[in-house]
Amino acid sequence: MLKIEAIIQPSKLDAVKDALLEIGIEGMTILEARGHGRQKGHTEFYRGREYTVDLLPKVKIEMVILDEMKEKAIAAIGSAARTGRIGDGKIFVSRIDEAIRIRNDERGETAL
Amino acid sequence: MSSPVDLKSLQDAVRSAQMNADNAWMLVSAALVLLMTGPGLALFYGGLVRRKNILGTMMQSFAMIGLVTILWAIVGYSLAFAHGTSFIGGFEHVFLRGVGLAPNSDYAATIPEQTYMVYQLMFAIITPALITGAFAERMKFSAMAVFLSLWSLIVYSPMAHMVWGVGGLLNAGGGHIPSLDFAGGTVVHITSGVSALVTALYLGKRIGYPHTAMPPHSMVLSFIGACLLWVGWFGFNAGSALGSGPLATSAFINTHFAAASAALGWTIAEWIHNGKPTALGAISGAVAGLVAITPASGFVQPFPALLIGLVAGVFCSFMVFKVKAWFGYDDSLDAFGVHGAGGTLGALLTGLFATRLINPAFGPNVATGAIDGHWGQLLNQAAGVAIAWGLSAIGTVILLFLVDKTIGLRVSSEDETAGLDLSQHGEEGYDLNS
Repeated sequence: MLKIEAIIQPSKLDAVKDALLEIGIEGMTILEARGHGRQKGHTEFYRGREYTVDLLPKVKIEMVILDEMKEKAIAAIGSAARTGRIGDGKIFVSRIDEAIRIRNDERGETAL
Repeated sequence: MSSPVDLKSLQDAVRSAQMNADNAWMLVSAALVLLMTGPGLALFYGGLVRRKNILGTMMQSFAMIGLVTILWAIVGYSLAFAHGTSFIGGFEHVFLRGVGLAPNSDYAATIPEQTYMVYQLMFAIITPALITGAFAERMKFSAMAVFLSLWSLIVYSPMAHMVWGVGGLLNAGGGHIPSLDFAGGTVVHITSGVSALVTALYLGKRIGYPHTAMPPHSMVLSFIGACLLWVGWFGFNAGSALGSGPLATSAFINTHFAAASAALGWTIAEWIHNGKPTALGAISGAVAGLVAITPASGFVQPFPALLIGLVAGVFCSFMVFKVKAWFGYDDSLDAFGVHGAGGTLGALLTGLFATRLINPAFGPNVATGAIDGHWGQLLNQAAGVAIAWGLSAIGTVILLFLVDKTIGLRVSSEDETAGLDLSQHGEEGYDLNS
């Protein structure tokens, strides 16, 4: 079982969710985040003074999937979220030791 | 062919109707002025501070509503409006003795004196509340309550007495230095603005100011507050006509015109200076215009009011963008830049544009302001301004010193970092997870 964490532009959330649904991935957690990589922030004005806001709004999507789904998930997220500009985001993959369904205590891949 | 008895009862009925009309407008005006403090100013200031201080900021305005009401009833009204000296009223009306439902013709012959008293109370409430903008985010609630309560008695009541009280030094109707202040440019805005500056200098800057940006946490709240201030100001200025006749109309129109042109003035100045017109600039401009027109509202014609507003919008934006940065003081919410500076400008321009065509304040055929030919009025206005500055600065410094040495004014740095909501009130303004 693999955990996919994708940090994307907030405006791409709907497209990414739809793309994941199309390949059969329904379970996911969405977090509102702030951050930046190489992207510069934007300037705002307060009382005539300019200042930079460099923590930008992002969305983080987390999901745990079967190993076989890895490349399909990465491709779906990538093509839905990509604009080609700096700030598109990142996808990280890590290994998950255990998964449990709280409702009925199912364990392992069937719990996904 | 009517008998004399019929004519008298007719005259009485007309007079009664006239008085009821005036009283109706005055009660509405009093309510409008209270609206300016709660929630107008509470929202305007509240939105401008960081989220951790929203409740603390609103509580400062709200506390004034409670505290000043009680002080006014006990002694504040008497010190402002009872017979006394040129500088302060006496104790004739403590506990509102003698202040009943019959009119007091020294002030307003067509409304109950209690209406006058409660209308003036709303002014007494908002004036110290304005000062809270200067020490936002760093004053102890207890110290603020004591300081501003004393301020209301030591600075506000005397200034109100001098300008509006019977026998007052600056009273337009017979004072030694007749000064024209229709609704409180000196009494409310200069006193609060200058006291704000003194307090900001005494307390020092917020932790992190000016390198850390501290933008408003909710321009939405500030916007709503500013619009409530604009509407409430109709009660503040047009209500100062103390009746519902044509003078109230003049004041109403001047108020609105000045707010609009000032908003435009600040916006254009900012657009040129920064490249973008901000919402904060637009609403601050409107407030600056409302401040500047306050002393002039019942004395000038509509197009001079537009001009006063325009000048105030540009001038106050300059005070806030440039002068504040030059001197480096942390007048957090620009109480001095808008109220102190705007009030000073407005008081002086009143001397320029006041005309007997709108308000024959000195007599039916007597020149009122400079445009009537009475250029000396500018000097009288300057005297009123100087006295307001002096009383405010000295009174404030003394009170700050006293309160600081007894209970301490400023919150600790841990409390300042945690925020006033938690440290002073044990609450959070927004609990978005509940």
